[in-house]
Amino acid sequence: MELKTPLYDVHVEEGGKIVPFAGYLLPVQYGTGVIKEHMAVREACGMFDVSHMGEVRFTGKTALATLNHILTNDFSDMTIGKVRYTVMCNEHGGCVDDLIIYKFGEEEYLAVVNAANKDKDFAHMKANLLPGTEAVDISDQVSEIALQGPKAPAILAELVPADQIPKGYYTAKRGVMIDGMECMISRTGYTGELGYEIYTANENVVRLWKLLRKTGEPYGLIPCGLGARDTLRMEAGMPLYGHEMDEEISPLEADLGFGVKLDKEEFIGKQALVEKGELTRVRVGLEVVGRGIVRDHQDLYVGDKKVGFSTSGTHCPYLNKPVAMALVDVAYSELGTEIEADVRGRRVLCKVVPYVFYKRSKKQ
Amino acid sequence: MKVLADLKYSKSHEWLKEDGDVCTVGLTDFAQEELGDIVFVNLPMVGDAVTAGETFADVESVKAVVDVYSPVTGVVTEVNEELIDNPAMANEAPYDAWLIKVAEVTETEELLDAEAYEAHCASEKE
Repeated sequence: MELKTPLYDVHVEEGGKIVPFAGYLLPVQYGTGVIKEHMAVREACGMFDVSHMGEVRFTGKTALATLNHILTNDFSDMTIGKVRYTVMCNEHGGCVDDLIIYKFGEEEYLAVVNAANKDKDFAHMKANLLPGTEAVDISDQVSEIALQGPKAPAILAELVPADQIPKGYYTAKRGVMIDGMECMISRTGYTGELGYEIYTANENVVRLWKLLRKTGEPYGLIPCGLGARDTLRMEAGMPLYGHEMDEEISPLEADLGFGVKLDKEEFIGKQALVEKGELTRVRVGLEVVGRGIVRDHQDLYVGDKKVGFSTSGTHCPYLNKPVAMALVDVAYSELGTEIEADVRGRRVLCKVVPYVFYKRSKKQ
Repeated sequence: MKVLADLKYSKSHEWLKEDGDVCTVGLTDFAQEELGDIVFVNLPMVGDAVTAGETFADVESVKAVVDVYSPVTGVVTEVNEELIDNPAMANEAPYDAWLIKVAEVTETEELLDAEAYEAHCASEKE
């Protein structure tokens, strides 16, 4: 049976089309539709209920050492208030999840994980804690709203004084009061736009949502659902667990090497990654040249030879064309390579392109 | 939800307009609303045969691919090129944005009139 976030009734009130996702009931879109919601984030601002995400607090003298042991990135040089992306690997070098880590104290870190993997992640973390580290799953107490788009800074500035808003990308501030509600604000997002992810206690989130909604209305802020969340991250070339990586795909194959520090003494999966040696397959972007929409988990061919499979794909509203991400044999991963996708029995021609299909203009 | 009185409807949410020997087929307002923003239509070719109760096309929204079923058996005489170029028409004007025209019709499925179709949609929504 699916769970509801504290914002469920608000979504229904707003005309949300509710679907099951990661064990929760969430809006895939509102009456506006995926395309308008997507464009709102690119041009003005959108807000998303992301309360379903999981949060695990790590504390203790060995908290840093534990994180360095169970995660692929190196957290030794993090300062307080910084956020860092990482992968968590299994012993075979496959991915258990991708997540972000917040440092709030020398002995206090927060992990934010994918909703779909929450229980799996927490069990894996608990099983691999070093003595002296405590891990607590606080997901059930934390709600979250993502505010994303070029107008997000202006909207937030109406509610929060400048010195309380995190400035740099991948930084965060906690203990920020928004109209008497304690929040943690993080300059992070999953859309490729300027934006924030705002965490607060469950009892605040409905009021926070309504306050943001009202404040943002003159700026063109609208609520957006899971459909737009997916098309936005696709355009921005951001990976989604279960697609670009999973237990059988390594973070290096998924081209997430920036988050994998092989020079760390050890971490779960390091040996397997090192032993795998040079990559035989790698993530690429595909631009659909023929007629059709390439979706996830469709086979890719060069002639009769199967060369890989698509991991995600959809029609992207801002680009106004279908694109996909795929895992292909390195021999066919060069930009410009022509590959055919098997779309429900029909071959659709694609071309290998960089997978960051959209980058926001730095002028904003 | 819009339903036109002079059309016939299938339970799978296609509409049929009979005009002498030629039938026109499209998606209903209920269908386009359920689908969301339509971004791609995959239509048969002129000359293709269609069979009552079987799929003849598919339509894609951002999130999903959905099969479209033919209410009649016959031969495709025209496909809506305008719709292929502008799939959003199926959302904006579902009863104008026809998919195919069919002639040499030998069989028609059991279809609903406007009132019965409305009731059918109401029962599906529950």
